Amino acid sequence: MAEHPIAGRCTVSDLLMYLEDISVSFDGFRALNALNLYIETGELRCIIGPNGAGKTTMMDVITGKTRPDRGSALFGRTIDLLQLSEPQIAQAGIGRKFQKPTVFENQTTLANLELAMSGAKTVWRWLNVRMTAQQRDRIEEVLQTIGLREQRLASAATLSHGQKQWLEIGMLLMQDPQLLLIDEPVAGMTPQEIERTAELLLSLAGKHTLIVVEHDMEFVRSIARKVTVLHEGSVLAEGDMDSIQADVRVKQVYLGE
Amino acid sequence: MRENLFTDLAAAVRADRSGQWLLYGLAAILVLVPLSNALTAEASALHITNYTMTLLAKYMTYAMLALAVDLIWGYCGILSLGHGAFFALGGYAMGMYLMRQIGTRGVYGDPLLPDFMVFLNWKELPWFWHGFDSFPYALLMVVLVPGVLALAFGFLAFRSRVSGVYLSIMTQALTYALMLAFFRNDMGFGGNNGFTDFKDLLGFNLQATGTRAALFGCTALALGASYVLCRYVVSTRAGRVIEAIRDAESRARFLGYRVESYKLWVFVLSAVLAGIAGALYVPQVGIINPGEFSPVNSIEIVIWVAIGGRGTLYGAVVGAFIVNFAKTYLTGAFPSVWLYGLGGLFIVVTLFLQHGVVGAIGQWRSTRLRGAAR
Repeated sequence: MAEHPIAGRCTVSDLLMYLEDISVSFDGFRALNALNLYIETGELRCIIGPNGAGKTTMMDVITGKTRPDRGSALFGRTIDLLQLSEPQIAQAGIGRKFQKPTVFENQTTLANLELAMSGAKTVWRWLNVRMTAQQRDRIEEVLQTIGLREQRLASAATLSHGQKQWLEIGMLLMQDPQLLLIDEPVAGMTPQEIERTAELLLSLAGKHTLIVVEHDMEFVRSIARKVTVLHEGSVLAEGDMDSIQADVRVKQVYLGE
Repeated sequence: MRENLFTDLAAAVRADRSGQWLLYGLAAILVLVPLSNALTAEASALHITNYTMTLLAKYMTYAMLALAVDLIWGYCGILSLGHGAFFALGGYAMGMYLMRQIGTRGVYGDPLLPDFMVFLNWKELPWFWHGFDSFPYALLMVVLVPGVLALAFGFLAFRSRVSGVYLSIMTQALTYALMLAFFRNDMGFGGNNGFTDFKDLLGFNLQATGTRAALFGCTALALGASYVLCRYVVSTRAGRVIEAIRDAESRARFLGYRVESYKLWVFVLSAVLAGIAGALYVPQVGIINPGEFSPVNSIEIVIWVAIGGRGTLYGAVVGAFIVNFAKTYLTGAFPSVWLYGLGGLFIVVTLFLQHGVVGAIGQWRSTRLRGAAR
């Protein structure tokens, strides 16, 4: 395999995460095939690709849900993700937003954010220790960021679909993650909600590093600085949106030409 | 943070209106029942007999057991169909103490060996019977035996991520296995007869009215304390984590919670509460035998909770009282229909009252309030 174009361009210290030569098979089906992916600190990366391209499996590998057959995955240069369990990876600073919003429906917006707060999560601490003023401030800050201050005491079940998605992003933010994995954030949203989501994600880039998997091309165009196209478990193309849309191989994959 | 515990407990109860009513009710029972039993004449309409007082105490131990099941089922989503096992183990631990208290007053008059051991021709006390002549030791075992069993069982089950119906089946198997074991004479727990013919507890005659009233009082206090403890647990931040685990377990895991630890911890607490309830049950009912381990018993507990209203705590208490009152009445009046009655009740509740009796009352009240406001 040829030297990856990105790896040569940036210095090693800029890299937040790199996946190298990752392969995963399920019963003979190769979900990921020698995948290489390099993510720089503070970037907002969009991942696109047809169904079955391996987007979700890639997320599963990063978060420890699926173990690859082969390859290496380093985070922050020193942390070997393949050695850690799911909770350990979450503690190490990788947060994931699932496709379906999975907030805790029976609890309030505030309680959802509190549950997602970073820090010690042992039974004993949560039985005894109350929130500090600092933690309360952090919750307020996140409520502000995701625009749900007025819904703070509403039960999460009563929130609209878009609000639930934002709440879930807020829950990720409570963990102060370095890297946010966001799976199809705008599926099922109204145009206004999509617009607000784009603003939200753009405001987060820089402070955090974001990987966004999305099908909605218009949305990707509105937020993307760099786009990676996955196909059959490996990277097909990478670059800005214009060069991706001009790429012949991408057209073939998407349009079957 | 410890000095906050009292204020935290008080705050937890203050926020729980229905629970306050329950505690007032318990306090009233705690005072009025023994008073009526002691002060009114037997012919008086206000008189509560020893029998009724003990029956009420029995219901209260069941209510504690229901509370224990609601804590794990209603709040953490762990459907245990074997909680009767922890109740029975607590009961057996207390029973062993009571057996040792009989001493030379047994049929065979052996100062050390309980009657059934003499009958089996045993010459010395098995090792696990040592120490049960001491009340504090017995109390320790009441907590420790169910607690350690729950710890071991829960550790293995939750670590392997056994949940849902599989866990329920395992808990059934657990209580069934214990029942078969306790039926065996050579286990050293009296075989199918279990323990009975208790004489006294801490030197007080178990048949005496004063002892019965004292046991009644202890049971009411234990039920009240268990309620406050459970309410406190579910109102803490840990309680919110437990509910989060019930509603979306994998999400909670992704947030960095060690789901297994939370489940294990709440499961052990629940088992200990069940054990204490069993220990209060045995001296008042006067018998403990392997029938207490019967899988059907454990299923009945779940029905009490479902009928009362799952996930409310007070609903569990209400359900235990309602079903057991009905059971006492129906098994007396129409012995053959009780099981049909119980089954029918369960069907009616699951079909029409999904939030149980307390849920239905709450709904009725809020519609009435809305009607009044109009």
